[in-house]
Amino acid sequence: MDLDNFMLMRDEILLTVIILMMLVAEVLLSQKNKKYVIQLGLVLFAGYTFQSFIPNETGELFGGSYKTYPLVHLFKAILAFGVMMILLQSVTWIKEKLLPYDFAAEFFILIFSSLIGLNFMVSAGDFLMFYLGLELSTMPIIALTAFEFWNHRSVEAGVKYIMLASVSSAILLFGVSLVYATAGSIQFDVITGAMHLPLLEIIGLIMIFIGVGFKISLVPFHFWAADVYEGAPTVISNYLSVISKGGAVYVLMTLLFIVFKAFQTEWNWIMYGISILTMLIGNLFALRQQNMKRFLAFSSVAQAGFILLAMLSNNELGVKAIIYFLLIYIFSNVAAFGVVQVISLKTGKENIDDYTGLYRTNPKLSLVLMIALFSLAGIPPVAGFFAKFFLYAAAASKGYYLLIFIAVLNVTISLYYYLLPVRAAFLRTSENPIPYFKSDIYSKMAFVIAMVGLLVLGLYSGVFEYISGMSNIL
Amino acid sequence: MNEFSYIYLIPLIPILTFLFLGFTAKKIKEPVSGYIGTASLAAVFALSVYTAYKYFFEVGMVNGKYEPVLVMIKKGWVNFTDKLAIDLGILLDPISAMMLIVVSTISLMVHIYSLGYMHSDTGFSRFYAYLSLFTFSMLGLVLSSNLFLIYIFWELVGVSSFLLIGFYFEKPSAVAASKKAFIVTRFADMFFLIGILMVGYFGQSFDFETLNSESTIHMITGWIANHQIFSFMGLSIFTWALILIYIGGMGKSAMFPLHIWLPDAMEGPTPVSALIHAATMVVAGVYLVARLFPLFYHIDNGAALGVVAVVGAFSALFAAIIAFTQEDIKRVLAFSTMSQIGYMMMALGVSGYEGHEGLGYMAGMFHLFTHAMFKALLFLTAGAIIHAVHSNFMKDMGGLHKYMPISRWVFLIAALAISGIPPFAGFFSKDEILTAAFEYNKFIWFIGFLVAGMTAFYMFRLYFRIFHNKDTDYGDHKPHEAPFTMAFALVFLGIMTIIAGFIPFSELVSADRMPFHSEIHWTSPLVIGSILIAASGIGIAYLMYYKETDYPQKFASGMGAGYKWAKNKFYMDELYIFVTHKIIFDKISKPIAWFDRNVIDGFMNLLGVTTEKAAEKIKFIQTGRMQDYAMYFVSGVIAIVMLIVYFRN
Repeated sequence: MDLDNFMLMRDEILLTVIILMMLVAEVLLSQKNKKYVIQLGLVLFAGYTFQSFIPNETGELFGGSYKTYPLVHLFKAILAFGVMMILLQSVTWIKEKLLPYDFAAEFFILIFSSLIGLNFMVSAGDFLMFYLGLELSTMPIIALTAFEFWNHRSVEAGVKYIMLASVSSAILLFGVSLVYATAGSIQFDVITGAMHLPLLEIIGLIMIFIGVGFKISLVPFHFWAADVYEGAPTVISNYLSVISKGGAVYVLMTLLFIVFKAFQTEWNWIMYGISILTMLIGNLFALRQQNMKRFLAFSSVAQAGFILLAMLSNNELGVKAIIYFLLIYIFSNVAAFGVVQVISLKTGKENIDDYTGLYRTNPKLSLVLMIALFSLAGIPPVAGFFAKFFLYAAAASKGYYLLIFIAVLNVTISLYYYLLPVRAAFLRTSENPIPYFKSDIYSKMAFVIAMVGLLVLGLYSGVFEYISGMSNIL
Repeated sequence: MNEFSYIYLIPLIPILTFLFLGFTAKKIKEPVSGYIGTASLAAVFALSVYTAYKYFFEVGMVNGKYEPVLVMIKKGWVNFTDKLAIDLGILLDPISAMMLIVVSTISLMVHIYSLGYMHSDTGFSRFYAYLSLFTFSMLGLVLSSNLFLIYIFWELVGVSSFLLIGFYFEKPSAVAASKKAFIVTRFADMFFLIGILMVGYFGQSFDFETLNSESTIHMITGWIANHQIFSFMGLSIFTWALILIYIGGMGKSAMFPLHIWLPDAMEGPTPVSALIHAATMVVAGVYLVARLFPLFYHIDNGAALGVVAVVGAFSALFAAIIAFTQEDIKRVLAFSTMSQIGYMMMALGVSGYEGHEGLGYMAGMFHLFTHAMFKALLFLTAGAIIHAVHSNFMKDMGGLHKYMPISRWVFLIAALAISGIPPFAGFFSKDEILTAAFEYNKFIWFIGFLVAGMTAFYMFRLYFRIFHNKDTDYGDHKPHEAPFTMAFALVFLGIMTIIAGFIPFSELVSADRMPFHSEIHWTSPLVIGSILIAASGIGIAYLMYYKETDYPQKFASGMGAGYKWAKNKFYMDELYIFVTHKIIFDKISKPIAWFDRNVIDGFMNLLGVTTEKAAEKIKFIQTGRMQDYAMYFVSGVIAIVMLIVYFRN
């Protein structure tokens, strides 16, 4: 293995180097200068994000355990970009809550570790790498979920998450072992060729599917989402809902489209049912939420159901639609969570009713919230509309018209609850609204990026065409 | 590309000016914004003149024919199917080059004029921003290379017209007028869009050059001859499509019965009336017919063109009658505009295609050109007068020749031009229209002939009542001559009005793009007749209005009900209100609204209530207890496995 080969995994290597640098900084910096850890982390990660957009070559390492090709590299860049925005939004939180306990460096190290895990997971060429990546991405996040140890909700969320994650990991591992037992390999390529679908193998495949489905919060494996999102620090809820979910969606896509190919007719029907259930249950629960974080948690459950629409297509259009949707979804959700985060930090308020009259006092923030929620709901001309549109197009390409109809009905329901915070902020007046405050420069940067993304990406077709150019992974 | 690759600058400069002035409207104050707008328009004017010169005298002529020049900005801008795509392109041919001159000249003059006219108006910067928007849209409209592009600009022109009519938005009448103009023209545009889609469907292209090509026409006439294409009431569906497109043109060009917005549009600032509602936007319909002229002429032996001729002639007469009775000088000019546009439509309608046969087409375009100059001049002069007297009504004027010499002379020149007195511009174009009409149909010619006399009469009624007639006492506010910027525009257009008639137009613009020679036969009875009827119109006006007399009173009472009808514009507005309120609103909209409120909304409410109930019912699942979650999780696994196992066997 020479240097050129090694450069194939330059993202992971760079991240590791960054983590080591953070560790060194943590040790070397005096107590007085600890706060510069934040700037260091941001600058290093910005550099990483920037380089991740430089295309990489196609190739594989470790005897096929690790694979990279243009689309997966682009996807890693998208993830990095999302994490960058989340980091920008979390600066104030780190300064106010973590610095006093001297936890700032740990935060960066943990979140970067999780990202490495996701990178390995999406690049996996066999189940071992896949599982290692999955766990590497989950463990640090569990720690981060319980990071606000002075807040019992945060701790509770951490405990719930670790317990349920271990259940799902157990099921996933069991599935892998069943597949190994029948197909005789853990390598994706080999398994694809060696599938004869005895019952044991099918059960194995279903269990793997469920293990990933847990991360995506598909119904009925979604119960953790609301409790964990609510209890975890908002930054982490944000990370869970977009980055970690995005990575899992990508993996599910490659598994279903490539590895489980022989199993297609069966998984199509499972997906069909789960898609409907997920949209419906997510929506019905989102309808009743008062807490913004729980609300966004269920909304993200429902969004996962929409992603399954495109999964069903099992063709190139589906790949394009899913990647594009995830990109837009990152922008919208990061912006929405960002608003919740900023407000919750300043005032400690997290309920929809608290947002009443927000437009009078914080018009810019209200606009960000509105555009983000419009995008989630899929209202044109915000990018979210086009993202959903491509999902429908992908499902339509295989003739799932009834499912699209159900999805559209669900969009109607979702429209109602997405508009609730907007109505509270814009149309209602309140006796004591959230007072005017200035957001910090970092959050503002993140908001501006997200808004530009949401308003421009939908109308500028170049991005979708760029993604289309590399979507022939099938 | 080619030597015209710079041409996209012509629409680009005004839109950039609009954006700049629009965003800085609050920061940049009078007169800087006016100077910016005027300077950018001056650049556009220079470019347009350069382009037209280059086209007509250097590049355009190939083997004795003006070949169109297509500048493609983006091919396949919007693709419907492999065959049917919309390109973003600029088409330069004799008529678009001519329109460039018309639009940029008048717009520049209006920009200069408004520096004085809009002085110390609170919306000064906004006014210039809108003017730039309008100029952009109009230039885009004339340069469009296909039907869809022209439709986009067509709507943009409508929007800018809406904004400018409603410029004084604190005046309820202005707001009402702007809405009326927008709705009426939009209503017409609905037909236009349907027409475009039908033409695109059958012609398999939206491009003017492809549609007008011999092969397309041959294809469609072939279908009609072999009955391969649906026909309705004896006319092929393609002719109906053209008529629908023409309805769009009727809306913009204020042809009967879609003319009702034009008189109200006079609520806008007077320079706007000169630019939009006299010289440029309202002739868009004429331009549209001219654009598709080969189709109009060839399909179904020109059935659609017959409609154009009849509507044009009728509107010309109808508007001229109303113009007799109006008291507001801007409204007289508005009806005169409608009448003159009717003239142009009539000219196109009676035209042939090849060589000298195409005299009507050439004359219509020529009249469009000369009319733009003298009608803009008339409006701008009217603006100067209103500026001086602070009233729109003739009764408040009179004897103004003492106070406003420049305005008086240019108004006289313009009035002579529109009346068709040689050597002013209107005479040449009008005379050629009448010649063409005479060859086509004696009845149409007679209407045109009659309207020529009526025009002379009502224009001089206007002239005498403003500048002579009685010696009105203006009190302390003596009317004064317009300031320099306004006077400059007036004099410039006055000179144009004098010389425009001598342009050898038939050498430049013709239906088949082949130049031909045409000249006035001074001794022919047609020419002498038209001069005589114009002169007698002026003579009668002189008798009735040069001095204050009681002839007008007697005449009005002698006409009885006819006068009242004409003064009330033949109750067209009331008819519209009756149809919309009493029939459409009461008989159609109300039942539909009931259905919507009770059935559709009821169903939606049911859906909402059901959803809410369901959400309430299932909330117990989310207990918050981890053991439950794990249980659901594992049950889910088992359920899915069992389902799969069950269905496999």
